[in-house]
Amino acid sequence: MDNMFQRSLEDLIKGFRLQLLGESSFISRALEEIRREIKATDLSTKSTALHKLSYLAAIHGVDMSWAAFHAVEVVSSSRFHHKRIGYQAITQSFHDQTSVLLLITNQLRKDLNSVNEYEVSLGLECLSRIGTHDLARDLSPEVFTLLGSSKSFVRKKATGVVLRVFDKYPDAVKVCFKRLVENLETSDPQILSAVVGVFCELASKDPSSCLPLAPEFFKILIESRNNWVLIKVLKIFAKLASVEPRLGKKVAEPICEHMKRTVAKSLVFECVRTVVSSLSDHEAAVKLAVAKIGEFLVEDDPNLKYLGLHALSIAAPKHLWAVLENKEAVVKALSDEDPNVKLEALHLLMAMDSYELCAKSDPLFCNEIIISVLSVCSRNAYEIIVDFNWYVSLLGEMTRIPNCQRGEEIEHQLIDIGMRVGDARPQLVRVSWALLIDPAMLGNLFLHPILSAASWVSGEYVEFAKNPYELVEALVQPRTDLLPPYIRAIYIHSVFKVLVFCLGSYFSAQESSSGSSSTVAFTYESILNLVNVIEIGVWPLSGAYDVEVQERAKNVLGFIGMAKQDIAKKVNLQDNEAEACRVTAFMEDVFSEELGPISANAQEKVFVPDGLELEENLGDLEEICGKFLKPVESDSVPCADKISFSVSNLRIRDQQEASSSSTSLPPKASSSLLAEHRKRHGMYYLTSEKNDPDSNGTPNDYPPANDLASEILLDPLDPKRKAKHRKSRPVVVKLDEGDESRIITSQAKTKQESVTDDESLSRAIQSALLVNKKGKEREAKGIQI
Amino acid sequence: MIKAVMMMNTQGKPRLAKFYDFFTVEKQQELIRGVFSVLCSRPENISNFLEIDSLFGPDSWLVYKHYATLYFVLVFDGSENELAMLDLIQVLVETLDKCFSNVCELDIVFNYSKMHTVLDEIVFGGQVLETSSTEVMKAVEDISKLEAASNAVSLVPKSVSRWRGR
Repeated sequence: MDNMFQRSLEDLIKGFRLQLLGESSFISRALEEIRREIKATDLSTKSTALHKLSYLAAIHGVDMSWAAFHAVEVVSSSRFHHKRIGYQAITQSFHDQTSVLLLITNQLRKDLNSVNEYEVSLGLECLSRIGTHDLARDLSPEVFTLLGSSKSFVRKKATGVVLRVFDKYPDAVKVCFKRLVENLETSDPQILSAVVGVFCELASKDPSSCLPLAPEFFKILIESRNNWVLIKVLKIFAKLASVEPRLGKKVAEPICEHMKRTVAKSLVFECVRTVVSSLSDHEAAVKLAVAKIGEFLVEDDPNLKYLGLHALSIAAPKHLWAVLENKEAVVKALSDEDPNVKLEALHLLMAMDSYELCAKSDPLFCNEIIISVLSVCSRNAYEIIVDFNWYVSLLGEMTRIPNCQRGEEIEHQLIDIGMRVGDARPQLVRVSWALLIDPAMLGNLFLHPILSAASWVSGEYVEFAKNPYELVEALVQPRTDLLPPYIRAIYIHSVFKVLVFCLGSYFSAQESSSGSSSTVAFTYESILNLVNVIEIGVWPLSGAYDVEVQERAKNVLGFIGMAKQDIAKKVNLQDNEAEACRVTAFMEDVFSEELGPISANAQEKVFVPDGLELEENLGDLEEICGKFLKPVESDSVPCADKISFSVSNLRIRDQQEASSSSTSLPPKASSSLLAEHRKRHGMYYLTSEKNDPDSNGTPNDYPPANDLASEILLDPLDPKRKAKHRKSRPVVVKLDEGDESRIITSQAKTKQESVTDDESLSRAIQSALLVNKKGKEREAKGIQI
Repeated sequence: MIKAVMMMNTQGKPRLAKFYDFFTVEKQQELIRGVFSVLCSRPENISNFLEIDSLFGPDSWLVYKHYATLYFVLVFDGSENELAMLDLIQVLVETLDKCFSNVCELDIVFNYSKMHTVLDEIVFGGQVLETSSTEVMKAVEDISKLEAASNAVSLVPKSVSRWRGR
């Protein structure tokens, strides 16, 4: 009776789809039912319950290990239907620790000896999935018999089970191996494919044991026309050829034949793979294989492209020419929309020695590779890079590739990585140092941006430098004359940072006579030496034409002058009277503030303070300084001149004073700021009247540039916002939005300086407008009163 | 060796999952979810292979094919040829088509045991045994006949027949 009302599996599934309650409550209700039903003595009820349980276990992840004994009971039924359900449950849920495992031995034996081939196959499948050592041992005689069965269906499955039996009970090999080998000579293609499949697995585990069978496999290789069989045999030979190289010679010929004749892409690919991995010494075979790879790479099918690249990366280490032949395809693959293909192409390029590759190919291709690698790697804040030390050294190596023209992008990435990835800084400093000390780099115009990045990095992260002394020597070497002035300026500033760092550690070492915390210890002689080297190197620059170089040089020299006295007096940081100490401490403080990456939208996020009118019409400004602004507008102010605004500011004052004082030009040795700047204007903005031949004056004529430039240069950059993105690899500082992702910089300057530019400009406008407003208010008040 | 065969729909619901190595049911569900999360982010028209070491251990590859609302997934290791595996999925689908004539997802949902029968004829203990869909069909038909025969034995429940027999 109970059977009629029991829900079958189909009912369960239908109910599941129509259920209105939650899924989990439906499952638990069904489970309760199953638990009740499965205890019934009636085998039909039991088996239906078991069937439902296996379904729930497989699809909904319900545990069914508690039903193990019931499964054994169901399997003992004489009905095929129940047997199937029972065996399915067993294969799904039994494992080595299942306690009732041994109980099925007898049942298995009975089924394996059954007349019905489908019952035999059920037993075999069960054995192949859950066979343990004991089961294998007890049932190997049966397997042996079945291997020689007249029914090919049975023989096929018995062959399949052999693998597990051998694995769990090695002694079975003695018994069954011969029969297995006999099956190699069968004409039935399905049995053959099963047998070679087994041998393929056996060869992977232990190639030397299958070596004696090589002649049989060879026969199959030549005669068979079944692609599955051939693929497996090829895999076997790939493994065998690695232990027995002479085999390679014999099989190379038939493999080439197959490659030429077959239409099946799977077989072609397998041949190619076998050739490039195991037969890489056979030139003719490799050539043919590479030709086939080339065909794969130009196919539209992304699968074939991917597999072609995969085969190429296997071939690459020994056969670089293969990659060169297909270089267009590889570079094209770098920008493919399929991430697999892209990654494979990237790995291919990176795994090889890129230097060698570029040396042999033309500069255009070289740069293409470089730019592709750079863009892929830097995508999404260096998402795919895990080992930054390696990547930084790669950037350094790229610099040394002849014909490298991608200086700006490498420069950008070096600085970007320095700002974002704290852990990579030591390696960055190391790589930068190597680049800086190399005099050959200074001559190459394309590499100058990289050198500017290298020097900035070395200065900013000088605490990681092994030998600041050598660093300084590299930064002041005479050959740096070849560098353009703006890069020279960066060099000098980095020298300044290094100097501050060294002095700081020297002074603190003086203070705590027990060893200093810094890695580099400075003695009196060494610090004096360092200071002298810097002084000698920087002195000639204090008379440079370029404004910034001159300013910075003078900064450094002034600082050195002050520090030298204090070094001589052997003071320490605690000594409040020592000026140099205080200044050093102050500068160290300034430099120790970490510079982080700035989002491109950062400026927009700054809230406009109350009372600031940015939109207001600047027509009023015209009113106030109309007479002063006009002359300025007639001159062309080059935008590259960073202090242009301040200069025009002074110009206004210039004109004011000029109109009130005498019109004659003061003599050249005038000390007033006003006159000097007029002279300088005469030099830069040549007009007909101010043709002063003596304006290319001696360095002493130029006023201290400090006051002017200081408001721009010493403005510490506030990192607007930093969102630290936690990853398991070194922390890469990534900003929330508006993070930059450009490849080619149009400006040679670093971004920081242009941002400072805008800031100072906006501040100046702000203050001008505030003055304007105050003036108006006063006027209004005045009227009221 | 084949490590697993999965069929799941585009919402991640598994329709069939067979693992040829032992995993606990929780681990199985985890693997199914893991595979789905990898697959659902892949656009169309790109390659069908994936390295899946993170889920199935070293030397594991995955090949998948998207048919209508179903993903057919095969997980295998280095001793199988990738393109051959792609063909195998094709064989499986063709066989199912012959079995159910114009098979759709619903057929697969409601014929859970038949699905297993078909699959067991093609992949046996992790090895590919049969690659011809006609052969598979023959075996499947024989098995179904056998099942039907064994089921027909008792249409009358035992308790009733006992009662009648008294």
